Amino acid sequence: MLSSAQTPRLLRSPTTTTTTLKCFHSSPIPTSASTPPPPSQILTTRKSLLSRQTSAVDLAKSFLHRLRRHEPQLSSFLHVSPDETVLKQAEELDNKIKNNEEVGPLAGVLVGVKDNICTYDMPSTAGSRLLENYRPPFDATVVRKLRERGAIVVGKTNLDEFGMGSTTEGSAYQVTANPWDLARVPGGSSGGSASAVSARQCMVALGSDTGGSVRQPASFCGVVGLKPTYGRVSRYGLVAYASSLDVIGCFGSSVADAGILLHTVSGHDKFDATSSKREVPNYASQFVPIDYLESKPLKGLRVGVIRETFEDGVDSEVISTVRDAVSHLEELGCTVSEVSLPSYSLGLPAYYILASSESSSNLSRYDGVRYGNQVFGDELNSLYGDSRAQGFGSEVKMRILMGTYALSAGYYDAYYKRAQQVRTIIRNSFKDALDKNDILISPAAPSVAYKIGEKKNDPLAMYAGDIMTVNVNLAGLPALVLPCGFVEGGSAGLPVGFQMIGAAFDEEKLLKIGHIFEQTLQGYSFVPPLVADEWTC
Amino acid sequence: MALTLFRGLRSNCFRLYPSLYVARKHGVFYCSMTSAEGQTATQEKQQTQLKSSPRKESPKIEEVLKNYEAVIGIETHVQLATLTKAFCSCPYNYGAQPNTSICPICMGLPGALPVLNSKVIESAVKVGLALNCKLSLSSKFDRKQYFYPDLPKGYQISQFDIPIASDGYVDIDLPVEFGGGHRKFGITRVHMEEDAGKLLHTGNGNFSQEITILSYKIICSLLLVDLNRAGVPLLEIVSEPDMRTGVEAAEYAAELQRLVRYLGVSNGNMQEGSLRCDVNISVRPIGQLEFGTKVEIKNLNSFSSVGRAIDFEISRQVKLHSQGQADQIVQETRLWEEGAQKTVTMRKKEGLSDYRYFPEPDLPGVILSEEYINEIRESLPELPEMKRRRYEKLGLSMQDVLFLTNDINVAAFFDATIATGADVKLAANWIMGDIAAYMNNEKLSVNDIKLTPQELGELIASIKGGTISGKIGKEILLELMAKGGTVKGLIKEKDLVQAKMPSSRKVMVPKVKVKLPSILQMYLRLTTKRQIFRFGYVLKVGIGEVIPAFFQKIYLHSLNLAAN
Ligand SMILES: [Zn+2]
Repeated sequence: MLSSAQTPRLLRSPTTTTTTLKCFHSSPIPTSASTPPPPSQILTTRKSLLSRQTSAVDLAKSFLHRLRRHEPQLSSFLHVSPDETVLKQAEELDNKIKNNEEVGPLAGVLVGVKDNICTYDMPSTAGSRLLENYRPPFDATVVRKLRERGAIVVGKTNLDEFGMGSTTEGSAYQVTANPWDLARVPGGSSGGSASAVSARQCMVALGSDTGGSVRQPASFCGVVGLKPTYGRVSRYGLVAYASSLDVIGCFGSSVADAGILLHTVSGHDKFDATSSKREVPNYASQFVPIDYLESKPLKGLRVGVIRETFEDGVDSEVISTVRDAVSHLEELGCTVSEVSLPSYSLGLPAYYILASSESSSNLSRYDGVRYGNQVFGDELNSLYGDSRAQGFGSEVKMRILMGTYALSAGYYDAYYKRAQQVRTIIRNSFKDALDKNDILISPAAPSVAYKIGEKKNDPLAMYAGDIMTVNVNLAGLPALVLPCGFVEGGSAGLPVGFQMIGAAFDEEKLLKIGHIFEQTLQGYSFVPPLVADEWTC
Repeated sequence: MALTLFRGLRSNCFRLYPSLYVARKHGVFYCSMTSAEGQTATQEKQQTQLKSSPRKESPKIEEVLKNYEAVIGIETHVQLATLTKAFCSCPYNYGAQPNTSICPICMGLPGALPVLNSKVIESAVKVGLALNCKLSLSSKFDRKQYFYPDLPKGYQISQFDIPIASDGYVDIDLPVEFGGGHRKFGITRVHMEEDAGKLLHTGNGNFSQEITILSYKIICSLLLVDLNRAGVPLLEIVSEPDMRTGVEAAEYAAELQRLVRYLGVSNGNMQEGSLRCDVNISVRPIGQLEFGTKVEIKNLNSFSSVGRAIDFEISRQVKLHSQGQADQIVQETRLWEEGAQKTVTMRKKEGLSDYRYFPEPDLPGVILSEEYINEIRESLPELPEMKRRRYEKLGLSMQDVLFLTNDINVAAFFDATIATGADVKLAANWIMGDIAAYMNNEKLSVNDIKLTPQELGELIASIKGGTISGKIGKEILLELMAKGGTVKGLIKEKDLVQAKMPSSRKVMVPKVKVKLPSILQMYLRLTTKRQIFRFGYVLKVGIGEVIPAFFQKIYLHSLNLAAN
């Protein structure tokens, strides 16, 4: 049934995408083309630092160099940590290693952090004018955990204002370009993080995912994007957009990196009452070298393909690429079947009502009284009104208006309450589907990256692009997006990502499947041509 | 009219034990007419105005008032005395330097999240149980949204459609001087929420200025916000509209104060704003079923102002009704002006304000287990109502009962005293008399005085047993309250022992001689029963003070002599 729907696949020659890829590990599986699967930058860094093959300072220098070199074209970062700050941290690590002192598991790992995640030593603007120059007095829990484990925050990445958008064009400061095609958007709202990881400006990055803001840009930029279960990672220090949907997520150039990063930032936090007390499994144990695998390493796993996500409105090339990915999973031993989630299409309106409602409330605190630019008024109401009118961008204003409307007396039942009911239906339908399947599969986005400006004046078209991802947030489930192919576009093709959705707190399974998929996917390299000739990991 | 003098009058019935109610460590909470020392100048002024102003009213209004009935409901905010705020770990100390007890959470900084202090739930359950409420095993927090500079997040975390407790009642006993009587007032709901910060003005800011700031043109540089109080846990207790008079309303509020103090969940201090009452009041002709237009009164800083504001508002509204101007009673919030002793319009309500409540997504639901509730139920102390009924059974008058149960510490002192076997009535009299007077004069609470219930028991026993006289007892009591020590020790130290049951006149004489030589000489010259009896009478009238046991023993002795 699946194959009958398959359209002729656009096959790109992998050799056109990269030719000079060099890595520490050669591929354990001989491949026809010379494209080894992506290594874990985190594990590689650790190995090379501890074996003293390289120093944290040298690593940091090379990344900073590339970061600065491409930043004028990409604009991934809103703030880059000064070289001396980064190098000082790297030097401290080198000294520790030299003295045989213990260093954290992420020692020397260079991390980009989405600018809606608080860092005490850097501005945290959430992409909004209202928070221009705002420096939080504290680190977000995830940032604190990263630093405690030796990671170095290289900078704060660009985003749509307060995470509201799917292109990163909604930033009050700059437009980020897609490394695969500078005329295209990197996706959003975590576009800066996706672009930075894709262009190897940093090794891994943190983003946030309220309706797809990690997964869609991951797909657009050809990187791995992981949206954890709601409650897996503390939200303390994440500037709230829609609290019941917001999750901090991970970007990496390999599944292992995304998984190790997740492991680092996961766990209960006494500062976030919605964070789960469930134990965090050691995801790294899933990242076994490929040569230890059997021929059908995923034998017995039940994969459900969500029918509604392969229908009208999704680019046929995207569909065919994802179907190829499904075939690949089948080859790995998975049992594939089609599942139907009839409530899927209800997710989009429900999501926009709930997210707008919560955001209208979460953004009330930006009143010009305590931070941000205060517009003086001779009356309190005009102080509020003018500060907010000047501080917020148009997309944010629109969502505040929508949310305020949906929560107003007389409309609450028709909108907010109804959307909550839809949310329950969606959650239950996912639960049913995941009782019968280990994972569910859909495209990560209906299309590949589009042109900058293309959907800027068509918010509904932009919202529609979130159809693949919002349901997962409504259900609070984990999902992993990984690149699985290309469609024509740009100078070397545009990456396509597919989404694997797991049961709540079953990130482990997603990572295992994702890792095996990634390590056995042959013929593709997801290093953008922009940096391909200089990228040696 | 009597109503307006409510709290002021109350202490009149304790003339023997003046000014009992006045001072406590944490400020004045009851004012007393009879004790000038305990009052501030303003209060005295108020009292004077109070006395005079209602009397100026024409008797007609008194007549008219009889034809109307007031319907009164009260919303009370109780600040919980938890160690830390509701959703962060900042402590709260009333009167601390502005913005010294704040953190990213209670400042509402971007990215900060609330985490509920479990003590808040414990306090809410205690109060819910004490108010005989039904507890919601599953409730939640909601956001109440409005803009105000003292509200850092732009919303208040509160409970909207599912309060933690609802549908209860509270029993009260009205003060005897207002006719007494038992009342039962319904409690609609009890819910948890957080307090807001405070606005400060560079000028001489006062409460009414704070409240009405929205209508003023403000220059922002003059408006300062103190967020120390932001995030302090509150319980909002909403009564049914069951009260009809200022006395009932004030007594209801006083009972809530007693209750939270008995439970130890709040200091209940009205002056510091730990207990705030907003009154809703409407008036209707007697016999009419539907309610009149409801007016809200704010800025009530004492129980007496609750009573007085209500009585003012009742006559204002009744006057309008009787003059055919009922349409001038509009739904509004009025402020009680303590100086002018009247209510004034603060803001008119234009429709219902829309707070756009929705479930707080940052906090999980509040789930209570039966075991948890039972555990708390079992740990509850004896509550005011239970105490009142018990004291009543001990044979105390309602006046005594109300006095002793008003302050949990006084009640505990009384209980501990009678536990030593002391006579109930005598213990009550001592506490309400000399001890209360001393506490009042010295501005001490019962916990501050050095006297222990054991020693009071001993004192009462010593007097009853005739070891010392009542007069000496009073002297010793002062010593015990000020410096501590034991009754036995003080008697010994001061050689105050009154004669033990004498075996003969001669044995008794030398000891008593020390104290009352002349009286004794006189007594020894007496021979007949009649002479002895008259002597006692003269002694009582002339000195006004007798050592009763001594006299009694001498008298008995003489009788014996006479009989022989
Ligand atoms: Zn705080």
